[in-house]
Amino acid sequence: MITSGTERALNYVILIVFAAFALAPIVTVLAAALSPQSAAASPGILGLHPENFVDAWTEGEFSRYLRTSLLVSVTVVSVAVVASILSGFAFGTMRFAGSRALFYLFLLGIMVPTEAIVVPLFYDLRDLGLTNTLWAVALPQIAQSVAFGTYWMRAYFRTSPPSLIEAATLDGASPRRVLWSILVPIGRPAVMTLTVLAFMWTWNEFLIPLVMSPNGEFRTAPLALAIFKGQHVQATALLAAAAVLVALPVVILYLFAQRSFIRGMLEGAVRE
Amino acid sequence: MRHQRRYLPYLYLAPALLLFGGFLIYPLIRSVQFSLFSWDGLGASEFVGFDNYVELFTDEVLRAAFGHALVLIFFFSVLPLVLGLVVAAILNRAQVRGLGLFRTVVFLPQVLAMVVVAVAWRQIYAPDGSLNTALRALGLDALTRTWLGDYTWTLPAVGIVGTWVQTGLVTVLLLAGMGRVPRELFEAARLDGAGAIREFFAITLPSVRGEIAVALTLTIVAALKTFDLVYVTTGGGPGNSTTVPAYEVFQRAFREGAVGSAAAIAVALTAIIFVLNVIVNRIAEGREE
Repeated sequence: MITSGTERALNYVILIVFAAFALAPIVTVLAAALSPQSAAASPGILGLHPENFVDAWTEGEFSRYLRTSLLVSVTVVSVAVVASILSGFAFGTMRFAGSRALFYLFLLGIMVPTEAIVVPLFYDLRDLGLTNTLWAVALPQIAQSVAFGTYWMRAYFRTSPPSLIEAATLDGASPRRVLWSILVPIGRPAVMTLTVLAFMWTWNEFLIPLVMSPNGEFRTAPLALAIFKGQHVQATALLAAAAVLVALPVVILYLFAQRSFIRGMLEGAVRE
Repeated sequence: MRHQRRYLPYLYLAPALLLFGGFLIYPLIRSVQFSLFSWDGLGASEFVGFDNYVELFTDEVLRAAFGHALVLIFFFSVLPLVLGLVVAAILNRAQVRGLGLFRTVVFLPQVLAMVVVAVAWRQIYAPDGSLNTALRALGLDALTRTWLGDYTWTLPAVGIVGTWVQTGLVTVLLLAGMGRVPRELFEAARLDGAGAIREFFAITLPSVRGEIAVALTLTIVAALKTFDLVYVTTGGGPGNSTTVPAYEVFQRAFREGAVGSAAAIAVALTAIIFVLNVIVNRIAEGREE
């Protein structure tokens, strides 16, 4: 398309202003994280103070909370992805009574906000003595990821060519073999997208670990950051360093798999 | 697979259905049940019918909370949509380099934990934070204030954080939609002498209706579910000036011993989200035919 030089220049101005708006708060935190903790601090390395990360790490006990986050995330992601592959396979390739109604139930589940389930979850699991366990924190999040995952994997299995399945079946392959030896290997991108999204949701989740582990035994990293914030109101540098530590795992994953993130979060919203 | 055994599909479905049913659908039903009782979380509960729902309209704090949610919808949804439409339409008119990098950067706020976002913006809004510092540098000392401790400005300040988080998502979504519009359509419009504004209203806007519907659904739901942001930045204050429904659910269920009231708010919130989804999708589908 032919566009004038002025218009092109305007485009770049908009591009830069918008990117700057998106980056400004992130740069603010990074700058604060590398700033001296007090006026009397040592000159640091070229005026920067990477030791803040070490201090925040030890003072906030982040090694412990990041480990908890990792444990919860890996549990949620692995169970949710496997269950979603199985259910998506059933919805996407098989005919059975009640499939429509059940599928709509899953779609409905995607919309249910955490607030709507967390109150009875806490009181019911407390009565069973299950609060402050991995399962209290993980199971509700598995259920949420399974709702989306079933929808997401069904969409993939529906696009897989029926001829492929029929040929394999004629060769005597069982449904289980068709699924795990043919469809899942071909569908790696769809599984990958589901995996990174479920990981991000679980890593960033706040309300469920806050409520389901009242004594802090299963305190995840974002919660630890909120508590650290309460204890270090004046220590801007340490707090910023802690925030960077909590955000880093998902940001690194995003930089490597940004296509999966963007595709999943945009297409995942397009419901039927 | 015609020769499968009849129970086989249900076998594949079982793990997902058990997890989803047990930890999402069952608690949702329990929420509805809880909402019909008055219960402090420990002692005996008393059946009160729809009293907790009546309270949604009579309790001033709750009315304020839902009002704040409406204000947040403006900042989370309307503002990003307007900004996103303008920026995406302009960027779509001419090939610019670096669009891939632009997308990566503006989408980044979406993947950060809300607590991290809140910590970042607290530092910007702090009395001697970067916003006030910038205003002083520009000689606008009169505009400086304690952004998160002011009855008038705290809610918009929290809202702007939502604008920051959602604008990138909306822009990327709209850019993708506009990229699918055949180039010839724009060429033809230009040959007919349509200016940029006409072109936007006649071609660009109608062709991204579906994307607009998705953007509105995602961002409105995000606005209605806002919890972490308020919990970390303001705690609902000063006073009740920034409390939102999700925050009231948490406070009442786990801090104030009003479990039934909390459940009623949660059920109402869920109903609103369902209805919004249906309305927005209806509009989008109806027009796409």
